[in-house]
Amino acid sequence: MEIRVVRKVLDVNDTIAQQNRQQFKAQGVFVLNLMSSPGSGKTTVLEKTLSRLMPDIRCAVIVGDICTSNDADRLSKSGAPVVQVNTDEFGGDCHLAAHVISKAAENFDLEGIDLLIVENIGNLVCPAEFDIGEDVRVVVLSVTEGEDKPAKYPLMFRECDAALLNKIDLLPYLDYDLGAATGYLAQVHPGMPVFQISSKTEEGLPAWIHWLCGRIKEKGKGQ
Amino acid sequence: MHEMGIAMQIVKIATAAIPNDAAGHPITRVNIKVGKLTAIVPDSLRFCFDIVSQETPLAGASLAIEEVAVKAVCDDCQHQWTIAGPVFVCPLCESPHIQLISGRELDVDSIEIAD
Repeated sequence: MEIRVVRKVLDVNDTIAQQNRQQFKAQGVFVLNLMSSPGSGKTTVLEKTLSRLMPDIRCAVIVGDICTSNDADRLSKSGAPVVQVNTDEFGGDCHLAAHVISKAAENFDLEGIDLLIVENIGNLVCPAEFDIGEDVRVVVLSVTEGEDKPAKYPLMFRECDAALLNKIDLLPYLDYDLGAATGYLAQVHPGMPVFQISSKTEEGLPAWIHWLCGRIKEKGKGQ
Repeated sequence: MHEMGIAMQIVKIATAAIPNDAAGHPITRVNIKVGKLTAIVPDSLRFCFDIVSQETPLAGASLAIEEVAVKAVCDDCQHQWTIAGPVFVCPLCESPHIQLISGRELDVDSIEIAD
């Protein structure tokens, strides 16, 4: 005998993500989910982004890692409140799920925050599958990785609203084919904004900050 | 890499779907649909399912995975096609404005109980 079930496996996560989204909206918090592979320079991008946004935009950060609080220690220097989530308590999870964000957000006074940035676990596979209640998803890709990363991990690059192509200060020293990389990005997610940046020299950062602030303002108007 | 957590959710959903009057009838199969554009490796999922279903009412049941192709429709010329590679552009009119019709499924479809 066959019994029909027809239920989404991630129903529970999606429901909590939706609750998060409503709570963040009610408190006027814009949420950015920042994802990448390990070593793309995500934390440095974040440090530089925070220093340009604060104090005009009041930021808070949830940073996910399997182990250590190294990233939280670095980011705390920005003055933004930072909560470190170590997923080894959750079985060494390779992503941050909606319930983890909901719990971590309890540490903040959300009324006093305009922008909550979630630095997800360094991984181009799993975080793409889990809605956390964010407003935008941004992926960081660096020129020390292969040009074809977007083609190898299409789900991540499909799910994101913008991509940051980082470490462009290294281009003179690498055999990196910039045209091939932007070509793959355009094939996987046509029309997605791609910002070529260097967090080290800060080249390209203004365009990225301008885009992010635009999205934050857009949501503010919709309230 | 998160197949263990997914397998646990599948066991939870499938177990909750077993009717009360099915006591004594083993569950033989759990049918799920997995879109090709999900971050799931079917072999890993089956392996994890066999482990997490032990000592549950689903012990011994097989996990049947129906993989669903990634299909899209073009907003501009209405062409429908199956996306086989990492190119999300209309093959007829080269429009980037497309909608995915399938390929993101991750659903428990049905369970099968021995008579």
